[in-house]
Amino acid sequence: MGYDNEMTTIFTGISENEAFARTVIAAFVSRFNPTVAEITDVKTAVSEAVTNAIIHGYCKDTGMVEVMCAAKNRDIYIEVKDKGVGIADIDKAMTPLFTSKPDMERSGMGFTVMEAFMDSVTVESAPGCGTTVVMKKRLLG
Amino acid sequence: MEVNFLRNRNNLIFYFDCDLDHHNVSGLKEKIDKVISKNRPKNIIFDFSRVNFMDSSGVGLVLGRYKNLKSSGGDVKICGLSGEIKRIFMLSGLQKIIPTYTTADEAIVNE
Ligand SMILES: Nc1ncnc2c1ncn2[C@@H]1O[C@H](COP(=O)(O)OP(=O)(O)OP(=O)(O)O)[C@@H](O)[C@H]1O
Ligand SMILES: [Mg+2]
Repeated sequence: MGYDNEMTTIFTGISENEAFARTVIAAFVSRFNPTVAEITDVKTAVSEAVTNAIIHGYCKDTGMVEVMCAAKNRDIYIEVKDKGVGIADIDKAMTPLFTSKPDMERSGMGFTVMEAFMDSVTVESAPGCGTTVVMKKRLLG
Repeated sequence: MEVNFLRNRNNLIFYFDCDLDHHNVSGLKEKIDKVISKNRPKNIIFDFSRVNFMDSSGVGLVLGRYKNLKSSGGDVKICGLSGEIKRIFMLSGLQKIIPTYTTADEAIVNE
């Protein structure tokens, strides 16, 4: 812990809130004078994680999604958490182009995009216990 | 969700004016597919030049239309990609199968 600044927002896991989550993250990160590209990177990564919580985590019943964002100096720390179905095989889920929902025209690129746009991405998950995606990025400005 | 399109002989050009996330893309797909099945064009062009934000949902949108149209002989092309959008398409390998142009004019086929 020991962040300079921290915020948490909790919202209903419906697709209308994907844009809301991106806007909140962009507003929080903007205070650290990031470049336009850095803001887009963070927004895209959060959009991927929140969308996953909504369409995969809560595929049966809608639940709440929690987005936490913290900063220390120019290190940004983000957690996206759901209490949905969870992931049995995390390595497989993170493989580029792997999707459990090809019928929904998902491309299996979400985790790959998160990893490309952030410095690090780790996933904590277990079936029935939900999923937490932790992402870090140092803003270079 | 509105989608604008322009028909130019055998070309059908779609202009996106909104963020291409899962929420918006879900509504767009249905509208796009209706326009395509009504017009049955040879050449379909998706213009991203007015898109401020796109995540992997945009890849699913293009790939889905490509798969649907492959059997009927329709071509899918993309244009107007900003740096970030280009990066997402590159990561997915989509640019290997979908021809990419700078502007819609370059993607139009006159025949
Ligand atoms: N929050 C989550 N809860 C349960 N399963 C998840 C969650 N996030 C991801 N997954 C699983 O991991 C897979 C890969 O996720 P990823 O975001 O890379 O691809 P996708 O969501 O299937 O497709 P895309 O993101 O390209 O639309 C998903 O298909 C799903 O099975
Ligand atoms: Mg995803």
